[in-house]
Amino acid sequence: MELKSQIPDGPIEKKWDKHKFDLKLVNPANKRKYKVIVVGSGLAGGAAAASLAELGYEVECYCYQDSPRRAHSIAAQGGINGAKNYHGDGDSVRRLFYDTVKGGDFRAREANVHRLAEVSNNIIDQCVGQGVPFAREYGGLLDNRSFGGAQVSRTFYARGQTGQQLLLGAYQALERQIGLGAVKMFSRHEMLEVIVVDGVAKGIVTRNMVTGKIESHVADAVCLATGGYGNVFYLSTNAKGCNGTAIWRAYKKGAAFANPCFTQIHPTCIPVTGDHQSKLTLMSESLRNDGRIWVPKRKEDCGKPASQIPEEDRDYYLERKYPSFGNLAPRDISSRAAKQACDEGRGIGATGRGVYLDFDDSIKRLGQPKIEERYGNLFEMYERITDENPYKTPMRIYPASHYTMGGLWVDYNLQSTIPGLFVLGEANFSDHGANRLGASALMQGLADGYFVIPYTIGGYLAGIKPGSRIKVDDPAVKATEQTVTDQISRLFAIKGKQTPDHFHRELGKVMWEYSGMGRNEAGLKKALELIPQIREEFWNNLCIPGTGAEVNQSLEMAGRVADFLELGELLCLDALNRRESCGAHFREEWQTGEGEAMRDDESFCHVAAWEYKGEGSAPVRHTEQLAFESLHLATRNYK
Amino acid sequence: MSKHLNLTLHVWRQKNTNCDGKFVEYPAENVSPDMSFLEMLDVVNEGLIRKGEDPITFDHDCREGICGTCSMVINGRPHGPKERTTTCQLHMRSFQDGESITLEPWRAEAFPVLRDLMVDRTAFDRIIAAGGFISVPTGSPQDANALPIPKVNAELAMDAAACIGCGACVAACPNASAMLFVSAKINHLGQLPQGQPERYSRVRDMIAQMDAEEFGTCTNHGECEIACPKGIKMENIARMNRDFLKASLTYRPAVVGGGAG
Repeated sequence: MELKSQIPDGPIEKKWDKHKFDLKLVNPANKRKYKVIVVGSGLAGGAAAASLAELGYEVECYCYQDSPRRAHSIAAQGGINGAKNYHGDGDSVRRLFYDTVKGGDFRAREANVHRLAEVSNNIIDQCVGQGVPFAREYGGLLDNRSFGGAQVSRTFYARGQTGQQLLLGAYQALERQIGLGAVKMFSRHEMLEVIVVDGVAKGIVTRNMVTGKIESHVADAVCLATGGYGNVFYLSTNAKGCNGTAIWRAYKKGAAFANPCFTQIHPTCIPVTGDHQSKLTLMSESLRNDGRIWVPKRKEDCGKPASQIPEEDRDYYLERKYPSFGNLAPRDISSRAAKQACDEGRGIGATGRGVYLDFDDSIKRLGQPKIEERYGNLFEMYERITDENPYKTPMRIYPASHYTMGGLWVDYNLQSTIPGLFVLGEANFSDHGANRLGASALMQGLADGYFVIPYTIGGYLAGIKPGSRIKVDDPAVKATEQTVTDQISRLFAIKGKQTPDHFHRELGKVMWEYSGMGRNEAGLKKALELIPQIREEFWNNLCIPGTGAEVNQSLEMAGRVADFLELGELLCLDALNRRESCGAHFREEWQTGEGEAMRDDESFCHVAAWEYKGEGSAPVRHTEQLAFESLHLATRNYK
Repeated sequence: MSKHLNLTLHVWRQKNTNCDGKFVEYPAENVSPDMSFLEMLDVVNEGLIRKGEDPITFDHDCREGICGTCSMVINGRPHGPKERTTTCQLHMRSFQDGESITLEPWRAEAFPVLRDLMVDRTAFDRIIAAGGFISVPTGSPQDANALPIPKVNAELAMDAAACIGCGACVAACPNASAMLFVSAKINHLGQLPQGQPERYSRVRDMIAQMDAEEFGTCTNHGECEIACPKGIKMENIARMNRDFLKASLTYRPAVVGGGAG
């Protein structure tokens, strides 16, 4: 396998412009002769499907939800970055580029990140044009706020519902194209396989989640925008339906999987209450602008109510350790610091796995109405879940699995190692390196969907003869369809005693314990022993009631868990092989005396891309060397 | 830790759209008050699966009250007893030990039941496709700050845009009217200068589609506003009616011109 990044020549500021000019164009009259399949309807998929249809391509879009408007991008709360510098506080494309590369701990591809920063401004324009109701100042101009890991105010937001509003913008653009007949939408369809013929992506196989029908769909190119695999930890901030199946099946068909161990643990989530817990709820990182994080200085104080712990007995540990960034330190650093405090026995709440996020000072300084205006809906949500009033007692928070920086390897054109298979948004690996900064996921999803794929896919399609698409009854297509039917039959045939969720929870415990916020060689080796055991039990003791020819949520879940049981193993293998700490990947063997991540640029300044070698064979680790020409490799310092 | 609850569920079971449905009783035992309503159902379902029975099908996804997927009528109220709370955000501490709970799907002609508590809400998508957008192709807008928008309009637009499209308004309405949903989108876009060029064609097209989907008409019961988990106000309907009236009075068919040049 060869990893050709296709990064254009020339100075970094000119690469994207040059590349756009160098890409071949498709004749406008020919565009309708090409069909593109987009899987996923979130920010990346929805934006891509709408934009490609506007250009004139025939587009089909698939999602597992009942409506494209429900993709999990909708749950993003805090905001979206844009280098507009509307507030004159020193922002620029270059600074956003620099912050993102640095935030990712120098494990992202420079050229991709620069392009992301360049188009960030177009995204803000596009969304405002669509009617996204961003927050405004009294003069009618756009408001901004600061966000974790940045020292400028570059985050645009719509109350605590920025993801929802951006997604509705993309959804409305998509629905407009559906209404015009330019996009055919398939909701409640789950993609279960990529059709690859002679090494080239030609379509997908789906299951209609209402009728159970297995169907093949062929196209000239396929775009996967199916999100991340954070649910491999079982408990995460992802929606229950979020899964890794699409990218995992693509991996098994020859798409390299890059940096699977780069998974982000978000520092501010509501702590777990018991074994019944089905998911964790994020409290927006924006809260860290006005909230102060602390734990008691002494273990003995942990059981006391917060109000009875005097100021001098509190440890505002982020402010103490990182005076210049304080409570706004990046996510990986904040999460690890919380874990450390709890490991020392200073955690709070019933389980001892929690820290305080306290608004008392801000309420005294700004008054409760101002805090309500900024975070009212988040405070309400917190109260609804915990039955505690955060205006009176500090919030309790703890880190949880949130985002996956790893994903399918793509080149500068967002094309995977399978020609014709493009990967967008969280599903690819390209822009966030080893750690994503707050408000950058929305930016990347929309950048890929609105402003990158519409150009780069043209370059690919221009090389294909119009009308040469494979037929849906081709034997190669039918053969792929058969493998999907067989897999479903295999799942039903087990007839065991345990539920799909049971195995998912078992896997999640292992992943969180040995491959969560801290990782070490012994733990990862242990996980690599345990995961195959859970997998074996799954294939011997799974129970799915009903049949495949009807709505069957147990079957849907079983298929996803089967893939997570394989994906989790690759994640641990990657973590074991990356013998350094960088960003969110913290190997306990590689830390400074002060407990900070210690990178090894000599040996690991590269992307690890895994190639599938068949069942029972070990996957092969390939590398793409990362060259930093525009920025200097530096140690991150948020002190 | 507060006391665990024992409850009796009466759940609507229906195999598919064409079958008849019926209520079936299930016990829910030893329920922690910290569980969400859906987590309680998860536990019941896992018990059913272990017995080889079909679990209760219900729609859900984000479980944090924003995606709008979860949809069930709990004791006669869409999303249950707590105001401004979706089913997924409802917690068992809102219920008493020994209580009986009735669970039904959204009931409306335009939302056919797919199975148990799961319904088909694609009618909402078709209403949006008919006109619930601003026609602005990718890459065409001007600079975001070129168009100042008074804060009050931006806030009103945001209030309306907070709709999650769950359909509780339809389920609560005795007429199964979708006017709260439709008017929320009309007012979100109608409050903004970007939304003005298509303001009147939008209201006409969306209402035509709403009628075609066989949603009922608003007769001012106000149930929708009470059921709405996002606090969308009925005044949106009044504003929409005003726009619709104006649109109807000033309607002019588009001029279809030839291709000169």
